Amino acid sequence: MSDKHPRKHSAGQHAKPVGASPAAEETAAAVALDTAGGAMEPSAVPATAQSGKLPGGSETLARRIFTGSGMVSVLAVLLALIIGGLLIASTDERVGATSTYLFARPSDFLSAVWTAATGSYVALFQGAIFNPLASSVGVQFAPLMETLTIATPLITAGLGVALAFRAGLFNIGAQGQIIMAGILAAWVGFALHLPVGLHLLLVLVAGIVGGALWGGLVGLLKARTGAHEVILTIMFNYVALYFLGYLLNTPAFQRPGESNPISPILDPTAVYPQILGSQYRLHLGFILAIAATVLVWWLLNRSTVGFEFRAVGANPKAAQTAGINVSRSTILVMAIAGALAGMSGVAQVAGTEKVLTDGVAATYGFDAITVALLGRSTPWGTFAAGLLFGAFRAGAVQMQIQTGTPIDIVLVVQSLIVLFIAAPPLVRAVFGLNPRRRKPAKAGRSQKAATTGGAA
Amino acid sequence: MSATATSPLPGKRGPGTAQATDQSVAVSAKPVTWKTPVMLALLALVAFVFFGLMGPNQTAEFGISTGGDFFQLPAVEVPAFLGGIVLSVILLGLAAYAVFLKTKGQAAPAWLPITFTVLFVTAFLIWVVGGARTPSISLAGLIAGSVTLAVPLVFGSLSGVLCERVGVVNIAIEGQLLGGAFTAAMVATMTRNPFLGLLAAAVAGAVVSMVLAVFSIKYLVNQIIVGVVLNVLVSGLTGFLFSTVMQANKAQFNSPVGLDNIEIPVLSGIPIIGPILFKQTLVGYLMYVAVIVVWLGLFKTKWGLRVRAVGEHPQAADTLGINVNATRFWNVTIGGAIAGIGGSFFTLVAIDSFTKEISGGRGFIALAALIFGRWNPIGAFFAALLFGFADNLQSIVTIIGTPVPSQFMAMLPYLVTVLAVAGLVGRSRPPAASGIPYVKG
Repeated sequence: MSDKHPRKHSAGQHAKPVGASPAAEETAAAVALDTAGGAMEPSAVPATAQSGKLPGGSETLARRIFTGSGMVSVLAVLLALIIGGLLIASTDERVGATSTYLFARPSDFLSAVWTAATGSYVALFQGAIFNPLASSVGVQFAPLMETLTIATPLITAGLGVALAFRAGLFNIGAQGQIIMAGILAAWVGFALHLPVGLHLLLVLVAGIVGGALWGGLVGLLKARTGAHEVILTIMFNYVALYFLGYLLNTPAFQRPGESNPISPILDPTAVYPQILGSQYRLHLGFILAIAATVLVWWLLNRSTVGFEFRAVGANPKAAQTAGINVSRSTILVMAIAGALAGMSGVAQVAGTEKVLTDGVAATYGFDAITVALLGRSTPWGTFAAGLLFGAFRAGAVQMQIQTGTPIDIVLVVQSLIVLFIAAPPLVRAVFGLNPRRRKPAKAGRSQKAATTGGAA
Repeated sequence: MSATATSPLPGKRGPGTAQATDQSVAVSAKPVTWKTPVMLALLALVAFVFFGLMGPNQTAEFGISTGGDFFQLPAVEVPAFLGGIVLSVILLGLAAYAVFLKTKGQAAPAWLPITFTVLFVTAFLIWVVGGARTPSISLAGLIAGSVTLAVPLVFGSLSGVLCERVGVVNIAIEGQLLGGAFTAAMVATMTRNPFLGLLAAAVAGAVVSMVLAVFSIKYLVNQIIVGVVLNVLVSGLTGFLFSTVMQANKAQFNSPVGLDNIEIPVLSGIPIIGPILFKQTLVGYLMYVAVIVVWLGLFKTKWGLRVRAVGEHPQAADTLGINVNATRFWNVTIGGAIAGIGGSFFTLVAIDSFTKEISGGRGFIALAALIFGRWNPIGAFFAALLFGFADNLQSIVTIIGTPVPSQFMAMLPYLVTVLAVAGLVGRSRPPAASGIPYVKG
């Protein structure tokens, strides 16, 4: 939106006044780098964050470990969990009861807070990873399988969002892309009757094409008219949602003899096989999600197209000057992002649900944004973040049953994690890890680095 | 690459292709594009074929007066087929005039698309009602209902206008509305006072906005990320507190005292405009006040000039001694307070208790309204009215039974917005520095 209004900056803009604090200098340099000197919106993934090390890195190894982006991620998760725990405790009945005599016996109050928070998190863990109370080993690991099942659509949709981030595009449209993919895949699944193998392949292709078209349309509109992709994708989400609602009330999609908006069940030839036996819901989609992660990694780090995506994401003007076709990149990256989100739609209709309902996308499309942000938009980071949020989702169900803590707490924790990760200085400040003021000699050096950084 | 091909200055502005085209269009002497005439012609053709030639053969009846009016007007009866033909021919005429102006190198005057829109909507309404099982609706009720439904949209889009005009993208309107709705319900129940609820809603909206401001201005986090995440956070937080606190004790926390309609004597009896302007709740009257105050503030005061300067060119504003980041912070906060008041509409006026996700995506429609209204308070107000109208019509068509599926009516605001941002309906240009953090250098 902004890069159509290039503004000129004097060369002196990046020269910091002598004596400014090093932290402020670093921030200024990082922003100058991220926004191409204030001429464009910062990329969703700051260029300085992509390399994984802080600007100006003239620090000891120990300090770098404790202030690096990996550590910030861990601390952000910890901080979010602590705040979530406090929130759980604050609405707990026993905590409320003990708080009335807080000053008489504070230990009662503190232990009630501890019990409330940890009780919920233990239930969350038991529902997400491993349940030691279950009868057999198979059942003990059932929660983990459930986590992987729920993580599958999160990972693929998250990859779609992450890929677009790397190309400097904000793809909020995973929700709509999942829905469109779900519609096409489900229709192929229940309306056509084809032999084993071919049918499933066609379902997968239909879903991927559906997502790719819906995403590619956004890319096309952005490339041709300059419309902002955030607005386009938000609007397209709603269009897709209402379109699905309409279809599910037409004879072509509604299950015969059913008044609810629900499609016929997909043919057995059209669904993903369950890879670890029929006792778990885990299906082939998870393997495909791993394959997609590898593919995106290869695309971004080893292919020419991926290099172009990243170049456009870092600075579209420089990319254009270097001979990269920015319009083509925009369309292509949105189409691929849509295709990846489309895989989530297929995983939903052909794997987990086996029917098409108006809740086919649940909130996976929106969760995918937080997944991509938590994964810092790297393929394997997104994969791990998808697993983590899958675990939250799976565990939250169990937590609600066991302790009565509402599922919504997961949304709070998820969003706090992303907020904190996006603001490393805040997390470092909370844990007292902000870099100390350095000596003037070193400050001079980092000032030079800031200048060159700004010019890049 | 066709985008660069159509650029008046090919190659001169290398990067950005499509964006560069827009830029040069905006900066140079605004050459007239074919977009508007072509779009109008297409819409007029659609109107001619569907509303005219394929129009229904019934008579559509529009009730004007309601029982409470102090004088009665007869209902308007329009033969749907004839009405469709006449209106669509006028539409074709308007489109032809726009094409004619284009061939002479002139842009269509501002009244043209507005008249076109009004006539198009009228033709559409006649077509919808004429094709219904019971071809009769109360126009007064339709319009009054539209205004009511538009109230949160107007507040939300005003919040967006204030934020974007100062250079901060506000995707968190949805969160501000939801936060306002929740707090209003809670406080109005606990204090048994709806006015305190209203105030608390403003505070809640402002708090959500402050988080947006702190993260995007102090910590320089991408504003869209903060907005998206804030929506999730507020949704989770209100959902959590609703399940744990409100549901456990509904009488104590979730049965707010609502705001009553304040009826202005005599004036409220005027048909159609009476109920809209003179029979509203406090929130409804505040809406009109807010639109006028924000418009006057932004365009007629020193403060507004500064705000717009910060949003368009922060460095220039800074050079002139304006504190860019402080201006941004307070503007975003005020915007949040306004959206919070809009949120109170849900729990103090529309429904008498809070439920999860009560705002139901209206924050995003408000975002659409602000874009469709071209970042102008008055424009956003009318866009919000149009979307409220679509929302209301959607429920009415379901009742009177028309051939148009209600889902397509519901899609309308979003499709219109896509057309608007794609530049097919007019040109929409955001404030230049919107979304870009400012670091003093």
